[in-house]
Amino acid sequence: MMPITDIPLQAYLVVAAILFCIGVWGLINSRNAVRVLMSIELMLNAVNLNMMAFSSYLDGDQVRGQVFAVFIITVAAAEAAVGLAILLSLYRNRDTVDMEQFNLLRW
Amino acid sequence: MSLALSTQLICFLLLSGALLLGALGVVLLPNVVYSAFLLGGVLLSMAGLYLLLNASFVAAAQVLVYVGAVNVLILFAIMLVNKRQPLRPMRVLLLRRLLSVGVCLGLLALLVQVALTTPWALPGPPSIGEAAIIRIGEHFFTDYLLPFEVASVLLLMAMIGAIVLARRDVLARDVVTGAPADQALLERQRSPLLPSQDASSPSAPSP
Repeated sequence: MMPITDIPLQAYLVVAAILFCIGVWGLINSRNAVRVLMSIELMLNAVNLNMMAFSSYLDGDQVRGQVFAVFIITVAAAEAAVGLAILLSLYRNRDTVDMEQFNLLRW
Repeated sequence: MSLALSTQLICFLLLSGALLLGALGVVLLPNVVYSAFLLGGVLLSMAGLYLLLNASFVAAAQVLVYVGAVNVLILFAIMLVNKRQPLRPMRVLLLRRLLSVGVCLGLLALLVQVALTTPWALPGPPSIGEAAIIRIGEHFFTDYLLPFEVASVLLLMAMIGAIVLARRDVLARDVVTGAPADQALLERQRSPLLPSQDASSPSAPSP
């Protein structure tokens, strides 16, 4: 049985939930395209924190959550590289980073 | 990690406080450069939380990949596209912000409710502590071997894709005549697809 003063699993989950919601809000409301990418990184990190908390509390001997976290970090690095390349190309074509002006495909 | 429980609790509170405040700063600060540096702080506190969760390898990977690579990449992107332009005012911006705050708070309430009411199978098996890195290596080369190899292909594809997307069209040799290409092409001003929205400021040639 865990001692009372130990950090509960739910504390990590709540911190990750708050971080994820901050990321979602930033994703919706940012007008700078770079900040949108940063918000996506925040959301990916929140998911990673969930993975690590579950791996430590519920799967302590087979640390599969840590393996998945490493994969998520890999995919996030690839996403950041491609996203910033797209952003750079977009900036060259449209001469702005305002998300509201990237409306070529809008009705 | 074998710290005293009160030490663990204090570290957890400090790190999550820094994490959440930094994340709010990333989203809310008007200057995007400050946001990028705060993002580095957020990623570092996340690595500290991983250390609290007995995951030293992932904490090291987090510092190396996120703080060392992704954050520096974001700073480079800010440096390359750093255009200080006044954003055009929008009519329903405040309403949109308030609506999205409502949606995000609802999502948060849902997630917290799920986290608090689910009967987790606690306590799980005892943590193996510092032997986790050995177990991760076993996983990578036995049952997760295929995803491990596919991840390398993914990284290669991302690298090639980023190069193709971000480069300028520079040919050393003319395709038709075979003559050396005009190097003035390097400095050629690109014509935007659509006329720029702010006609007041002349567009500088991209660096």
